[in-house]
Parts: sequence; structure tokens; C-alpha cells
Amino acid sequence: MTRRVRIVLGLGSLAVLSGLLVWGVTGLPDLGHPRGPYADLAPRMMLDERHVANAVTGVTFDLRGFDTLGEEMILFAAALGAAVLLRAQRTEHEAEAAAAMEEERGPGTADALRALGAVLVGPVLLLGVYVVVHGALTPGGGFQGGVLLAGALLLVYAAGQVAAIRRVRPVALVEVADAVGAGAYMLVAVAGLVFGVAVMDNVLPFGTTGSLLSGGTVPVLSIAVGVEVTAAVTLILSEFVDQMLLRHGDG
Amino acid sequence: MTVLQSVCLIAVAVAGTAVVLTRDPLRQAVAFGTLGLALSVLFLAFGAPDVALSQIVVAGVAVPVMVLLALAKIRVEERAARDEEGDG
Repeated sequence: MTRRVRIVLGLGSLAVLSGLLVWGVTGLPDLGHPRGPYADLAPRMMLDERHVANAVTGVTFDLRGFDTLGEEMILFAAALGAAVLLRAQRTEHEAEAAAAMEEERGPGTADALRALGAVLVGPVLLLGVYVVVHGALTPGGGFQGGVLLAGALLLVYAAGQVAAIRRVRPVALVEVADAVGAGAYMLVAVAGLVFGVAVMDNVLPFGTTGSLLSGGTVPVLSIAVGVEVTAAVTLILSEFVDQMLLRHGDG
Repeated sequence: MTVLQSVCLIAVAVAGTAVVLTRDPLRQAVAFGTLGLALSVLFLAFGAPDVALSQIVVAGVAVPVMVLLALAKIRVEERAARDEEGDG
């Protein structure tokens, strides 16, 4: 295929794509005026019947809590798959990897980066916990807070402390946390069946709107997802880190 | 549409084009993070703070870190291959 044909083909498909995009966007409802009753009913229902101030988290963990259960299992399976696939290779190189771990703390990291990483660990950790536990009140929730918490652990690595990250993310503990987070969500779902009328039924007292424990099972599920996401993301990323260090040992 | 929303839309268009035009994967990871931040401000300007938070943690933390780790692994392997050639 010559360059000329490629350019004509590329511009042609770009024109078609932009045409489709413009056509689609002009058909969208105006900003703030959604079609159908769902957008108005869901926040009102969350506030009146569940005492949840942040309707988005309410929908995620109550109204469509069953969907979130599926999503959590997807992440759990992804972390499990990454660990199984990458760890099979690790046993072959275990000794070299251990040597590489010590080596990696060499002069590769700038002092400014180490200092910045060390300074940011605390605030990011605190922000992550805040976002997880305030899911029912303000924007945020288990997923966002969980990735933030995993990010805080990564900052420990960015600070050049591979030895330290071994201590703060003992693999066995991270794996257990992953399973506990996923299992806790399951248990809350089944609790609805046992103590209520259906799976995911919100069986806990709803509390006062605006207080930390308002919304019944919503904050409980938010924390369960927070634990699961923190562990899963930490597990996946630390397997990646180990992969990188592993080859380092070979070289 | 307010001025803030228009500015955000333009910023997203500029950042997105920058990601496409960046050829070095290392710089691309950083450019992609910038696009993610621009998108999250856009979501905030359109009244979706929850989505904005998710956007920050995925595009600002998770994706760049994975790209950087993959690049580091490739670089280490390349260095190892070069060393072997040098020895032989």
C-alpha cells in the first residue's frame, strides 16, 4: 500500500468517524435535562429510603449492588490470574531475584524523587482511607480510595525502598486481604438473603443522613471493596515490579 | 455551556492530540497521565465528581505505572541482551 493510498484511506475513515460522532452528540439530551425518570428518582430514593447523601455510591452499592459484586469478582480474577501466570516463572529465578532486590536500591533513583515519595506516602494514605470511608457522604468510595491506597504503597517503592516495600506489602497478607475483601462483599450479599428478602437486600439500620455510618450496608460494602481493590492493585503491580527485578538478576 | 467547560474541552483535545503525536513510550506515559488529569477536570466541570475521581486514579496512577513498569522490564532485558553480546 503506497503512502498516498494510506493518507486517502486514513482521511476518509476520519471523516466518516467525525460525521458519526457529530450525529451522535447532536442527539444527546441537553446537559442537566436527562430523559426518563431514573435520573430524578434514584437520588431521591437513595436520600429518602436509604439515608445516603451521595447518590452515586448509593446506586453503586445498593440499587445496582449486584452489578458491583460482578465487577469486584472481575478484579479479583484478574489479580489471581496475574499472580498465577507471573509467579510460575518466578520460582525458576528465586535466588537471582533475591539478589536483585538488594541491588535495585542503587543510584538509579534521584534523591529528590526519594524525598518526594517519602513525604507523599502519609498524606496519600490518609486521603485513600478518607475516600473509602466517606463513600456514602461525598464523591468517592471503595474503588477510588482503594487505588489511592495502592498508590501510596507504590510511593514507598518510588522512594527507592524495595526492601521496605517487602515489609509493607508482605505477599501473603496482601493475598489474604484480597480474598477477605471479595469474601466480605459476598457475605453482605448473602446476609440480605438470610436476614432480608433477597440477595443484596439492605438489612442494616440506615442511620442519620450525613453521619459516617449512614446508608446501612453501603459504607460496609464500600470498605469491603476498598480492601479488595487495594490488595488486588498492589498484588498486580508488585508482580510487575518483581518481573522487572527478576530479569535484573539474570543480567 | 460555561467558559470553564469550553476550556476543559479544548484542554482535553490538546492533551489527547499530544498523546498521539508523542512517539517515545516513556514520554507517552506522562502525556497520557496529563490527558487523564484534563479529562477528570472536564468531568468535574460537567458535574460528575465521582467519575472524575475514578478517572484520576485510573489514568493518573494505575495506567502510567503499569506502562512504566513494562518499559523498565523491556529496558532491563535489552541491557542484558547487549551485555551478553559484549561478552561473546
